[in-house]
Amino acid sequence: MTTNPVKPLLEVKNVHAVYGRKIRALKGVSVELHAGEIVALIGNNGAGKTTMLKTISGILTPESGEVLYQGRRISGMEPHRIARLGIAHVPEGRHVFPRLTVMENLEMGAYCRKEASLLDEYRRIFDLFPLLGRRRAQLAGTLSGGEQQMLAMGRALMASPKLLMLDEPSMGLSPALVDKIFDIIRKINQLGTPIFLVEQNARKALQVASRGYVLETGNLALSGSASNLLHNKAVRHAYLGIAG
Amino acid sequence: MSVKKYAFKAGLFAALVVFPLLVRDTSLAHLIRSAGTVGLAVLLALGLNFTLGYVGLFDLGYIAFYAIGAYTAAILSIHGWSFWLILPVAVAVAAAIRVLVGVSILRLRGDYLAIVTMGFGEITRLTINNLDFLTNGPKGLPRVGEVIRPVEFFGYQLGLDPSNTDFYYLILAFIALAAVLCRRLEDSRLGREWVAIREDEVAAELMGLPVARLKLLAFTISAAFAAAAGVIFAHWERFVTPESFVFWESILIVAMIVLGGMGSIPGVILGAVILAGTPQLLQAGAEFLTPYLGAGFINYRYLIFGLVMVLMVIFRPQGILPSKRREAELTQKEAGVP
Repeated sequence: MTTNPVKPLLEVKNVHAVYGRKIRALKGVSVELHAGEIVALIGNNGAGKTTMLKTISGILTPESGEVLYQGRRISGMEPHRIARLGIAHVPEGRHVFPRLTVMENLEMGAYCRKEASLLDEYRRIFDLFPLLGRRRAQLAGTLSGGEQQMLAMGRALMASPKLLMLDEPSMGLSPALVDKIFDIIRKINQLGTPIFLVEQNARKALQVASRGYVLETGNLALSGSASNLLHNKAVRHAYLGIAG
Repeated sequence: MSVKKYAFKAGLFAALVVFPLLVRDTSLAHLIRSAGTVGLAVLLALGLNFTLGYVGLFDLGYIAFYAIGAYTAAILSIHGWSFWLILPVAVAVAAAIRVLVGVSILRLRGDYLAIVTMGFGEITRLTINNLDFLTNGPKGLPRVGEVIRPVEFFGYQLGLDPSNTDFYYLILAFIALAAVLCRRLEDSRLGREWVAIREDEVAAELMGLPVARLKLLAFTISAAFAAAAGVIFAHWERFVTPESFVFWESILIVAMIVLGGMGSIPGVILGAVILAGTPQLLQAGAEFLTPYLGAGFINYRYLIFGLVMVLMVIFRPQGILPSKRREAELTQKEAGVP
């Protein structure tokens, strides 16, 4: 089908997703992601970005179409089984366990792992997020928004995922923190984890990504390499706030 | 600190063991029976704590499983089964019914689950009330000429002594066992899984926790506790009627947990002792209090309950002896949690 001879890690094929009976959030969207990539999915509020991630992680079952992961169909599977296959989804709004400590949150992230010692894993997380190391005994609910975002990402990484999906990691953060989060996203990717990134901050997202998709009210409007999208007239006009 | 705690627990347990020996030959001997009744409430509350306290599922029909335990025991005992055989069978029956109910209703959340469980509780009671061929309806079991066999313990027959001391010890032993089991589960992987589900179900599922199965497990364990208590109840009273399993009893057990502190074993025990013990004490003290308060005062005890519950919710929503985590939930501001 595609000219790429390497099988993609993740393939979303012509997926339709519906909330209730009426609200069609995705109307036949196809997306793919290869090992090593950062793929950005951008679009306005209500375009269906979050729905896309929910469909991949199994919180939603697509009405039609399918999701393939490592060549295997995962649409229709329960979310906890999909998580066990190595897909870590950091949901919108972080969803940390507020009354567990930072350390306990990280432990929960490693829920599916069987290794006796995760010491190296913690070290890796605390290298990426030194702040979490300093706050490890603190209840997660008492962290600031940015810190919670880092915890949610750190927790997802504890599973040593083969695919990391981030839903609006920059939402509600100060500009300085946004830069920091995107630096970390790049770093995580350089360490070998492919990332599917959903963002409203299109510029930042396309700057770290290798490829991008633009979603508009449930339809794929554009796709291509991130740099092409960054210079695309329509994208610049609609999402980057640049006239002309 | 922890040595002190152990000393306190050991002391309390010792006091509970000697208590009936001290009072059985005095005018306070009726307190042994009262203590046994309170003990059954403690067992029930410890069981409901699994769903309400650990996982945070509202169950307003919990008493149904007490009823199922009691009636299974009564029916089997009439047919000649011994207590020790009935106990596992009744627990298994209640657990099986709970699984069937749970599979279909556990996808409901919050208030909706409360309403459906409440419905199940009432359906159970009404079924027992009308299934004459099996339960003898409102007249209760056993029927005339039938008998619930006494509990035998290595040849020793419980309940021959009219002071109820035997059953007091049987119930105390069950509570001790239940408390240890609760504590072990709380500290286990399973305990942490339940807490994670209560904290954030979506996140738990995304971490790979089989949320539906874990909820069902908590739901089932709590039914098993209720059924065990029901089996003891049936053998102790040697008579069961549907009246013992009304909706109010379910509410009362929820209230015990809320009052004592959800998810906290000492809290739940204390809540049960207070709510189940107060009416017993009022009744016991009636002869002293009646001259001052009038004969009808005992009818006002539920009014007092209501008042206490309202005051608790206003001033100490975490309960009297809350678990640390639950306390944080109710007192800590949710910084940045949308």
